Amino acid sequence: MATKAYTLPSNISPETVANTSSLLRIVALALISAAAISSRLFAVVNFESIIHEFDPWFNYRATRLLASKGFYAFWNWFDPTAWYPLGRVVGGTVYPGLMATSGVIYNILHALHLPVDIRNICVLLAPGFSAFTAWSTYMFTKEMKDESAGLLAAAFIGIVPGYISRSVAGSYDNEAIAIFLLMFTFFCWIKALKTGSALFGTVAALFYFYMVAAWGGYAFITNMIPLHALTLMIMGRFSSRLYVAYTSWYAIGTLASMQVPFVGFQPIRTSEHMAALGVFGLLQIVAFAELVRSHVSSKQFRTLLYASVIGMGIVGALAIVGLTYKGWIAPWTGRFYSLWDTGYAKKYIPIIASVSEHQPTAWPSFFMDLHFLVFLFPAGVVMCFTKLRDEHIFVILYSVVASYFAGVMVRLMLTLTPVVCVAAAIAFSSLLDTYIDPSEPAPTAAEAIEDDSASQDVTKKVKKAAPPPPMGFMEFLSTLSGNTSRPRGIFGLNSRLVVLLNALGMLVFFVVHCTWVTANAYSSPSVVLASHNPDGSQHIIDDFREAYYWLRQNTPKDAVVMSWWDYGYQIAGMADRPTLVDNNTWNNTHIATVGKAMSSTEEVAYPILRKHDVDYVLVIFGGLLGYSGDDINKFLWMVRIAQGVWPDEIQEPNYFTKQGEYRIDDRASDTMKNSLMYKMSYYRFNELFGGQPAMDRVRGQQVPKAGPTLDYLDEAFTSENWIVRIYQVRKDDLLGRDLKVANAFEQGKKRKKTKPPVRRKALV
Amino acid sequence: MAPPKSSAATTKTATPAPAEAPKAAVNALESLWKAYYETTSSRLKLIDAFLVFLMVSGIIQFVYCVLVTNFPFNAFLAGFGSCVGQFVLTASLRSQVNPDNRNEFKDISPERAFADFALGSIVLHFFVYNFLG
Repeated sequence: MATKAYTLPSNISPETVANTSSLLRIVALALISAAAISSRLFAVVNFESIIHEFDPWFNYRATRLLASKGFYAFWNWFDPTAWYPLGRVVGGTVYPGLMATSGVIYNILHALHLPVDIRNICVLLAPGFSAFTAWSTYMFTKEMKDESAGLLAAAFIGIVPGYISRSVAGSYDNEAIAIFLLMFTFFCWIKALKTGSALFGTVAALFYFYMVAAWGGYAFITNMIPLHALTLMIMGRFSSRLYVAYTSWYAIGTLASMQVPFVGFQPIRTSEHMAALGVFGLLQIVAFAELVRSHVSSKQFRTLLYASVIGMGIVGALAIVGLTYKGWIAPWTGRFYSLWDTGYAKKYIPIIASVSEHQPTAWPSFFMDLHFLVFLFPAGVVMCFTKLRDEHIFVILYSVVASYFAGVMVRLMLTLTPVVCVAAAIAFSSLLDTYIDPSEPAPTAAEAIEDDSASQDVTKKVKKAAPPPPMGFMEFLSTLSGNTSRPRGIFGLNSRLVVLLNALGMLVFFVVHCTWVTANAYSSPSVVLASHNPDGSQHIIDDFREAYYWLRQNTPKDAVVMSWWDYGYQIAGMADRPTLVDNNTWNNTHIATVGKAMSSTEEVAYPILRKHDVDYVLVIFGGLLGYSGDDINKFLWMVRIAQGVWPDEIQEPNYFTKQGEYRIDDRASDTMKNSLMYKMSYYRFNELFGGQPAMDRVRGQQVPKAGPTLDYLDEAFTSENWIVRIYQVRKDDLLGRDLKVANAFEQGKKRKKTKPPVRRKALV
Repeated sequence: MAPPKSSAATTKTATPAPAEAPKAAVNALESLWKAYYETTSSRLKLIDAFLVFLMVSGIIQFVYCVLVTNFPFNAFLAGFGSCVGQFVLTASLRSQVNPDNRNEFKDISPERAFADFALGSIVLHFFVYNFLG
């Protein structure tokens, strides 16, 4: 009889064990959900129940309309205040899934006579869905290994910062529900593939439809599932189950995805979706060939079949290429190219490159977002290789693809996080299984064989509670060393304890890290800033809302506000004023126009402003407080985007000093000093320091002694900490003079006689 | 492209096999047809007939779209999509109830397969109807 490290009680019936473990699983899942939700509430506790950042403000505004005026009003919504004077067809240019979800929840709650404010639903939607994500990750991982790995994966995804960063309370963005949909669609796909059930294929298609309606990242599913199917076929693992799962998903899912107006006919017209179509066609051919093969066994016919399958595959691929060439299928878009060539966006579409979340990921952020999962992740992938069932291939492919994408773009870290959690959970639970398992290897090989059958029986009976001993890792190790004769395993209790305590310690550190990162890095609303007073108490900096509220109260309802596009949604949401450009960056020229106005001199900018009916110009200035995300730091992107459209008038090198430095002090170039953005940022900045040299705290440079002057704009409002500055655009002079001349006259300067008065030519 | 042997198989053999004598191909086809006719149960033949109908219907719509007009493009997509979708769902049903595949679909009985088929068709035609415009 084999020795045991410790004994388990043997007088418990298997039913009791099964019932208890399923109860424990439910309790554990409930606790994980609670932890996932509550760790996302730091933002509400530290600040208040407020919508965060930029895009969520638009989603919130749309949801408010949906809640107050109904779904059809939302569907047909034309927003004349965005992209003034063009307007925006919101119903057709938005992924409506998020708003529809909140609208449904809102209506259900109100039908139950729970008068919950729509804002609170929006704020708490992301934490609520994170609980669903944890559950679907549990289901997904359960298909990969077992329940205990599933619970670990659920716990990981519940608190991992990589996912929290996009789903804290108030981060009301598409990703809030999309990750749940992603994981659940993948779970349905795996389930459909495993059982060969058209039901799960249909459910996968339905959730795929929901995902298409919710997030542009649905293309990830559109390509991931075909990639999996194709890999299975290439590996010679074609089965009728694959056929059933894939075709039912694709046929229903594609038709469903075309119902979303924003997607429209793209699934059959663009190259991004062609892989799915191609694999669909290939599956039909292969399935047919398999069927024919089952009826005929003649060798000659088989070769004929294979030849025809390959031939038709090539013909199909050529047809897709030909259609692309003839313009029937749109080629890959710039966003897609920028995934392969990281320099592409900067060269051709600066507007995409200018978004900070489209930058390549820095190495530390992998550790910051994933902590110890980042080194368990490869181990989990290796374990998938040792078993290599169909679903493990999916995890392997997913991890390879997502790792690459996460390296290219910061925001795609979000799609990597679930698979990291799954793979790490597989690795971690294998470790725990191996070391909790009490059976010890027999001292000698001969003895082990002798007692094998008896010991097997006993261990089985005794430890039903623990999951079945998966020896995958050990087998893998032993095959690596090529030595299988010696007994392998863990001896004694202390070696087990050392490893288990170590593992537990990692988990504890993970929790501490996640909590710390969530509380300190990812819970800031960025609409409200926080700093600490010398005594450690929190000081709230509320300049944004102060300024937007000022706009709302002191300007006419139709006053057009110009700002850089980052603040478009916030102005629309909080100040309720028309904007020229906003975060829905669909019209590059319009954005470039704003960029040109900001980066040229007052004289050039004024006609642009007047032509666009601009009444107010809003800039963000962090120089006083040291707020680094201000417009002077974004200024070069404005220049670059404007240069893309007007290469003759705006040139990036002009904004640097002769040494090629980006400076704002005395050494700054004249173009820089005369640009509207520079003037608006530093206008009267010197006066604040009362004779002392004025210091820009973000750039760490001294502002020139003689501050800029403004002739065509008036300072209208500057917030408490100078973060938001609003300027009013002057109307034409009543006497028809140029505003510069009029200004000079008012200041009592004498006009030089030698020069004839400068009459502005065509102005407005 | 599809299980219905009669039409599909003939179109298929036209592409390859220039080297082989056409007679051998015809022979092979004949034996294939015979094997199919003798070994397939009448239920499966019924399903195959439906599949052929769906395929013909889809082809007619496609030809109409290419030759005449694709004007209400969403209506064409809905019609064509309903043919393709119904085809794959029926083909799935066929492979699930095929006794040869019993060991592949262990936990799917023929009744369950039909329920799956019905549910999938309802969902499919819901979207088709919505898309007809």
